[in-house]
Amino acid sequence: MLEIKNLHARIAEDETEILRGVNLTVKAGEVHAIMGPNGSGKSTLSYVLAGKDDYEVTEGEVLFDGQNMLDMSPDERAAAGMFLAFQYPIEIPGVATMEFLKTAMNAQRKARGEAQLSIPDFMKRVKEAAGHLNVSMDMLKRPLNVGFSGGEKKRAEILQMSLLEPRLCVLDETDSGLDIDALRIVSDGVNKLRGPDRAMVVITHYQRLLDHIVPDVVHVLSKGRIVKTGDKDLALELEKNGYADYVDAAA
Amino acid sequence: MNASVPIKHTQAESDLIDRFEAAKGALSGSVAVTALREAAVSQIRDKGLPHRRVEEYKYTDLRAFMKSAAPLAAAADESAVKAILGGQDAFGELERYRIVVANGAFLPGLSDLEALAGEGVSVTSLTDELAGEHGAQLLASPKSAANDGVLALNTAFVQGGVVVKVKEGAEISRPVELVHVAASAGGQISRSRISVAKGAKLRLLETFAGETGNGEINIVFDYDVADTASLVATRLIVGQSDAARLFTSIATIGAQAEFKSLGFIAGPRFIRNQQFINFAGENSNAGIYGVTMARDEDLADQTLIVDHAVPHCNSREFFKTVLDGRAKGVYQGRINVAQHAQKTDGEMMTQALLLSEDAEMANKPELEIFADDVICAHGATSGQIDEDLLFYLRARGIPEDEARTLLVLAFLAEAIEEYGEDDVTEGLEARVRDWLAGH
Ligand SMILES: Nc1ncnc2c1ncn2[C@@H]1O[C@H](COP(=O)(O)OP(=O)(O)O)[C@@H](O)[C@H]1O
Ligand SMILES: [Mg+2]
Repeated sequence: MLEIKNLHARIAEDETEILRGVNLTVKAGEVHAIMGPNGSGKSTLSYVLAGKDDYEVTEGEVLFDGQNMLDMSPDERAAAGMFLAFQYPIEIPGVATMEFLKTAMNAQRKARGEAQLSIPDFMKRVKEAAGHLNVSMDMLKRPLNVGFSGGEKKRAEILQMSLLEPRLCVLDETDSGLDIDALRIVSDGVNKLRGPDRAMVVITHYQRLLDHIVPDVVHVLSKGRIVKTGDKDLALELEKNGYADYVDAAA
Repeated sequence: MNASVPIKHTQAESDLIDRFEAAKGALSGSVAVTALREAAVSQIRDKGLPHRRVEEYKYTDLRAFMKSAAPLAAAADESAVKAILGGQDAFGELERYRIVVANGAFLPGLSDLEALAGEGVSVTSLTDELAGEHGAQLLASPKSAANDGVLALNTAFVQGGVVVKVKEGAEISRPVELVHVAASAGGQISRSRISVAKGAKLRLLETFAGETGNGEINIVFDYDVADTASLVATRLIVGQSDAARLFTSIATIGAQAEFKSLGFIAGPRFIRNQQFINFAGENSNAGIYGVTMARDEDLADQTLIVDHAVPHCNSREFFKTVLDGRAKGVYQGRINVAQHAQKTDGEMMTQALLLSEDAEMANKPELEIFADDVICAHGATSGQIDEDLLFYLRARGIPEDEARTLLVLAFLAEAIEEYGEDDVTEGLEARVRDWLAGH
């Protein structure tokens, strides 16, 4: 589903290279975890996949279902089934959460040539997904992410993901800022979406999320490269020994 | 007084002087009113139209903008007015009463006079009132507006308008729309007095429709809000136009009274919306809001002077401006607090969103405070669309244009939501979308 080949990317503004040859293949139905020390380029990778233009791809390619994803605008990527759960979801004052959800869902449906959702159908979907994620109606009445606690923001991201039903989910440190209960709710929400037609890339700094969302493959990203790939035991090993070995290996 | 060298008149100034000579026989008024008109024309003759070297018009050079002045519009044809009214509806389904002023004069035949009378609202013609004993009082201007050039232009040429009186204690059940129709080309000069008596409540809508060719529109709204009364005035100026659009509000606010206004502007080529707000009684509140959109070579000016002449009054001024193309936005806001106006609370904010590199905003909020026990603040910001917000929306599948639209709406919504009056403002989102779509 997702093929990243020799991806090099730099910050557009000052040309600092952050990704220095990333190779990664994720098949439908698989969950891959990407771990790595702070500053190794995990968020940059997620932004490049989503199409943020702060970054410039200088080499390599990204294929989504065999299609060159780097040629697509962020909204085209989303409509094609790419979803990024942001590490730091943004507050947008003045944009009502419900209005935003409806606009996003219908925009994607329109891009795919599907019919617009009726209001009752939309409401039903939101209520159901919100119920599973313990997102209150009061939260949904507020402007997007405004005044949400860290945990509420993360739950709101997963709510969006559930409603948009993407085929490729990239979760950037969705566990950060979550207490143990919230972590369980969010993980349950994510696990519900696991399926044979969906691929996930779960970025995390800590192993504990992977107790809940058990990955098929674990990668270590260091200094802009994947320096080690293993199964879920690799995460446990990292938890015990830290990243020191890999930081040196990449240097 | 400096013995002034006579100025060299521009074409528009010569046209205006000629216009006065041609029209003065037909312009109504008592002897005192005629004297005021003559004095106003002399001001134009001696000083010319307001221009950039007059401090209040530094950014809004009417003299340079007005290339000529059309004659005054002739009396409107009622069927033409009806056709225009049938075509426009800025407030959609909102139930309201209507008062029609067309080509500068009151049209009683198209106004809901009976229903209004039933609710305690009387409406008479300014043209008639100007000829009466107290006519000159209807053209009085506050100190803060003395020598204002736009007001002088109005006084010289005012054709008509309405005098609306809401009787003591009356709470008008529906908003009253004062609609101004240009049924044919030419200058359209009107003035209306809106008096809300003690304890009465009125929600006013001010709308404008029709084309004026190269004729300017110059309208004065003179609000008199008595003690414990409440007036909410929503002014909607939308659509493109080539000639100058000049609007003046004068408000006198009694004690324990409420005054709130929203000036919503989208599209005119050249507009000045100026307001002179005067607190005349204690423990009153005023909320003055502005939403302005301008593009291409448009100039849009919101100017405001709030005079806290008495203690214990609150005023809130909140203005939002969106500019595209090479448009120029102007906000000049001044809060004056007199020496004895203790416990004044004034908070003024003006914010601009620039959608292009070439758009330009002149933000000039000012406080002039002579009292020592007050809370007053002002702020001004000017910025572009936040790329991170835009990316977030696009990452959820919202195409760039729609994402920008949402962010512009969000920016403006802050002021509109604080203004409130949801039933009146719910249609404004569509107006913003129209403007963004280039209409
Ligand atoms: N837009 C940006 N501007 C400047 N520096 C950036 C930007 N994005 C990322 N970086 C830098 O790139 C490096 C990798 O950042 P990031 O991808 O956020 O790492 P991680 O998510 O693994 O912690 C860091 O040194 C960070 O400071
Ligand atoms: Mg990160």
